[in-house]
Amino acid sequence: MFDLTGKNALITGASGGIGGAIATALHGAGAQVALSGTRVEPLEALARDLGERAHVLPCDLSDAEAVDALPKQAAEAMGSLDILVNNAGITRDQIFMRMSDEEWQSVLDVNLTSAMRLCRGVMRPMMKARWGRIVNISSIVGATGNAGQANYAAAKAGLVGLTKSIAYEVASRNITVNAVAPGFIATAMTDKLSDDQKGKINAQIPAARMGQPEEIAAAVLYLASPEAAYVTGSTLHVNGGMAML
Amino acid sequence: MSDVADRVKKIVVDHLGVEEDKVTDNASFIDDLGADSLDTVELVMAFEEEFGIEIPDDAAETIQTFGDAVKFITDAS
Repeated sequence: MFDLTGKNALITGASGGIGGAIATALHGAGAQVALSGTRVEPLEALARDLGERAHVLPCDLSDAEAVDALPKQAAEAMGSLDILVNNAGITRDQIFMRMSDEEWQSVLDVNLTSAMRLCRGVMRPMMKARWGRIVNISSIVGATGNAGQANYAAAKAGLVGLTKSIAYEVASRNITVNAVAPGFIATAMTDKLSDDQKGKINAQIPAARMGQPEEIAAAVLYLASPEAAYVTGSTLHVNGGMAML
Repeated sequence: MSDVADRVKKIVVDHLGVEEDKVTDNASFIDDLGADSLDTVELVMAFEEEFGIEIPDDAAETIQTFGDAVKFITDAS
């Protein structure tokens, strides 16, 4: 099950905890992977760990021109582009009354607009191939909201609307577009929280623990697989029961 | 009929699965040949590939009929 041999995948934010786990899972299923991110060192370390079938394509997702060029670079490096995982995300948390235009815009640019640009960039090759998989990494807060994250929640909710709309347009071409919405996952992003904050979070999770990056990667692997051909426009919530949507 | 028209007609017939005699100069891809908006995008992509030309989006929107396509491609190549 879930054999991606011969498929080529581009993963953004692959230098992070969840992105790295996604790349590792797709690679483990036989896919060739293009690892994108801003921090070159962790990308190259991951590529070394994976060995063959791994390419490093650094990209600043706040740079529109660089984002537009990325799908082509990935297709050139791998021969084609069959799977796109828009995983990259940043936070600029701030209570809404104090949120600056810059805090709003930078989060929207990286978390939403770059995903739109990459989706647009992969459409042509996927339409021609009559096969494609796009997985956008949303977030539980896109559905529930979260104090201090108006920008992040808006971008993550925006990804769901983007996902569904593109899914409508390209379903007849065997291209599926889905979202995965992680709850609280143990990564560098959540390491910044204090023990007290973590305890409060865990108390709200029926599973009574944070998720692991590999548990998000497994959801992405499924949605990227041939077995998920009939699943499109959906959001798969992976949150330990924190929000049952 | 010109060589360009023959090649365009072949692409249209193959892609939309219509009878060759339906593909007349005034035949609209959407209204007469059953294309949806995504089909028209794919036709333009196929024309670009076949003739080695770039058809910008604003030009693509003006290509509504078989005749439009033949004229645009003849002028462009």
